[in-house]
Amino acid sequence: MAERAQPISAWPGIGAAALVAALILGTLAAVALRAETSGGFSPADWAALRFTLTQAILSALFSVALAVPVARALARRRFPGRRALIALLGAPFILPVIVAILGLLQVFGRSGWISDVLGVFGLPPIRIYGLHGVVLAHVFFNLPLATRLVLQAWQEIPAERFRLAAQLGCNGMAMFRLIELPMLKRTLPGVIAVIFAICLTSFAVALTLGGGPRATTIELAIYQAFTYDFDLGRAALLSALQLALTAAAALAALRFSRGDGFGTGLDRALQRWDGGAPALDAFWIAAAAAFLLLPLASVVISGLAGVFDMPALVFRAALTSVFVAAASTLILLVLALPMATAVASGRHGLVELSGILGLAASPLVIGTGLFILIRPVVNPTMLALPVTALVNAAMALPFALRILVPAAKDITARHGRLALSLNMGKWTYFRRVLVPRMRPQIGFAAGLGAALSMGDLGVIALFADPQIATLPLQIYRLMGAYQMQAAAGGALLLLLLSMGAFWLLDRGGRWHAEA
Amino acid sequence: MKHLLIAAGILSATSAIAADKPQLTVYTYDSFVSDWGPGPQVKEAFEAVCECELNLVGVEDGAALLSRIRLEGENSDADVVLGLDTNLITAAKETGLFAPNPVSAEFALPIEWSDDTFTPYDWGYFAFVHNADATAPANFRELADSDTKIIIQDPRSSTPGLGLLMWVKAAYGDEAPEIWAGLADNIVTVTKGWSEAYGLFLEGESDMVLSYTTSPAYHLIAEEDASKAAAAFDEGNYLQVEVAAKLAGTDQPELANKFLNFMVTDAFQQIIPTTNWMYPAVTPADGLPEGFDTLTVPAKSLLFSPDEAAAVRDQALAEWQNALSQ
Repeated sequence: MAERAQPISAWPGIGAAALVAALILGTLAAVALRAETSGGFSPADWAALRFTLTQAILSALFSVALAVPVARALARRRFPGRRALIALLGAPFILPVIVAILGLLQVFGRSGWISDVLGVFGLPPIRIYGLHGVVLAHVFFNLPLATRLVLQAWQEIPAERFRLAAQLGCNGMAMFRLIELPMLKRTLPGVIAVIFAICLTSFAVALTLGGGPRATTIELAIYQAFTYDFDLGRAALLSALQLALTAAAALAALRFSRGDGFGTGLDRALQRWDGGAPALDAFWIAAAAAFLLLPLASVVISGLAGVFDMPALVFRAALTSVFVAAASTLILLVLALPMATAVASGRHGLVELSGILGLAASPLVIGTGLFILIRPVVNPTMLALPVTALVNAAMALPFALRILVPAAKDITARHGRLALSLNMGKWTYFRRVLVPRMRPQIGFAAGLGAALSMGDLGVIALFADPQIATLPLQIYRLMGAYQMQAAAGGALLLLLLSMGAFWLLDRGGRWHAEA
Repeated sequence: MKHLLIAAGILSATSAIAADKPQLTVYTYDSFVSDWGPGPQVKEAFEAVCECELNLVGVEDGAALLSRIRLEGENSDADVVLGLDTNLITAAKETGLFAPNPVSAEFALPIEWSDDTFTPYDWGYFAFVHNADATAPANFRELADSDTKIIIQDPRSSTPGLGLLMWVKAAYGDEAPEIWAGLADNIVTVTKGWSEAYGLFLEGESDMVLSYTTSPAYHLIAEEDASKAAAAFDEGNYLQVEVAAKLAGTDQPELANKFLNFMVTDAFQQIIPTTNWMYPAVTPADGLPEGFDTLTVPAKSLLFSPDEAAAVRDQALAEWQNALSQ
């Protein structure tokens, strides 16, 4: 790529990317070097690879295929409570896995609500366990994310395009073909790659909904290598395979999503004139809301019953989680903003690649690697919280980049030349032009990062110290001690905290009407 | 501000370690150290007699605990490891990281105990837990022939899951694959750990769940709920014996011995039944808590010796995977 003068330096971003790559690859290397035996793949591992790829591809395709009509409906319609709905739809993504599984099965399980309704009509309960169950659960987790990312791309189309199209008398179909389809072509590969990568590292969800060892994923094989066989070599090898698959998906996505954007607009509020088919849009919004909100409702209902069973410790853990989430969000932004800027100024390739690796890195490998690296220097349990915050930030980075990069690109395209001709300093440009224009995206990314960190069990379990526990860890402990009711109360608290953090940050970033 | 608070949290955690008293570090599984587990009471009871400070460090579960010890190797911070079971003893001994330390006591185990390195502190029978008003099958064959739905744990990631694998192998030997094939259509799903399985069972996803005969005691004693029962199988129920041992590399060998001897006294043992929800390895002078007398006691108990367990483990896992992956 030809070097062109840029209003801002790419070096801080390249530095941040190198740091992230060092964290992920360094911990992997630490595990590999500590291995006593160098295990190869067993036939069971190949079966796990096949299943992992199948479910991840299906989950990504279904999530995105459903996200497009939902996002389009949300982009075209304005109704009271729309913003609250969009915020709520994000909730499944941030629930701890075990809570989400219980909520999901309360609706779709053998004795769930849907089976109960079927029973009234004398029909057998639905059979949720199997590959379709795995895909359903992954769509439940990832549809909200896909919808938000696609919706955001929709909002970033300059309002002038729609204005012009309306003036030229384009109908809904023509508008879709001329404006929306090119946007989708640019956006969807990246979204598919992100969701594919998330589903690649699925373990407990895939196993539980998959109904048995047929649903063995690579992440389960890594866990098995660590604890059942203590074969660190095999764990490292499997983890490298996960990273390679994600990198391949990310590179393919980058290739397919090339293309010019819509160029400059005047930053006007968006208005749409293609108001056809309101019933269809209403259907998509209602269907998505029901699918995502019913399991959440079950989490809330069981949580309310357990609210009074919660010991004070749960609140202390909640406070810890809030601090970890705050620290993690800060780290996330410090890494993500320069990286997004670097990508926007044309240095994408490796920077974006290192940004997506955080998704594919097995938490178990990162945690164990950090443990091996930290231990000679200091007692790892003393660093439990900072390490958790750091790893959470690395895991949220791919999402943050997907959110920030398109905006950073557009802003650089719109204002970069003017800034250069004004001889504006790089810091001034960053502070006065880039960051203020990216406020909505920064708010969204920070909100997502905070919520993710709040709900993630992450590496804290590996470094656990009885004195310090995050809320997800405390929920697991309650469940382990038969206290399912109190755990459900804790899950409700976690849901409220995560949603609160998300809402606060996401809202803080928006100063004009569009969500 | 948040950095300060986090730093303050770290400092307050470390200041406890800075005391002058000798330190004994015990690695155990996470549910032992949780506030609902035996950890806090054990710490208090031992510190009352040892003139030392007891640091309990929780690591996920028994298998992860052994991995942690292997990862840390000879310069592990741990002086004692508490929470392995007989399925892990052979692998643990092969590391050479554990030191012999015979502890003698009047063990109330259903089997003879003689091991010079590992001392049992509690035990229980694996069993399928069901609602008390339902009739449970009498054995695995009857279960396989019925349409009773069960939820089990994955032996690769869960201690009870591995226990079930051993149970079927101990009861049926070479016929184990056939039993698993018969059970395949009874198994609703396989979960990563005990909590997921038990949670799903309580939500009504299955008729029975793999747990312990002591599980109904929790519902009875802590929740005054007699609606759960455990099934005794006529081929016998497999035992879990949980053990502790001293590490060879400990810098507190005396204190470690003291802890292991303390572990089989009433002060420790009476904490176990209503916190770890297992049978104490040595029955305390006051007997078992009220409610334990109502529990199902299987007529026959099964248990592989550590060496047998290590020898059959991989084959049993392959049979399980094969039968359930069809």
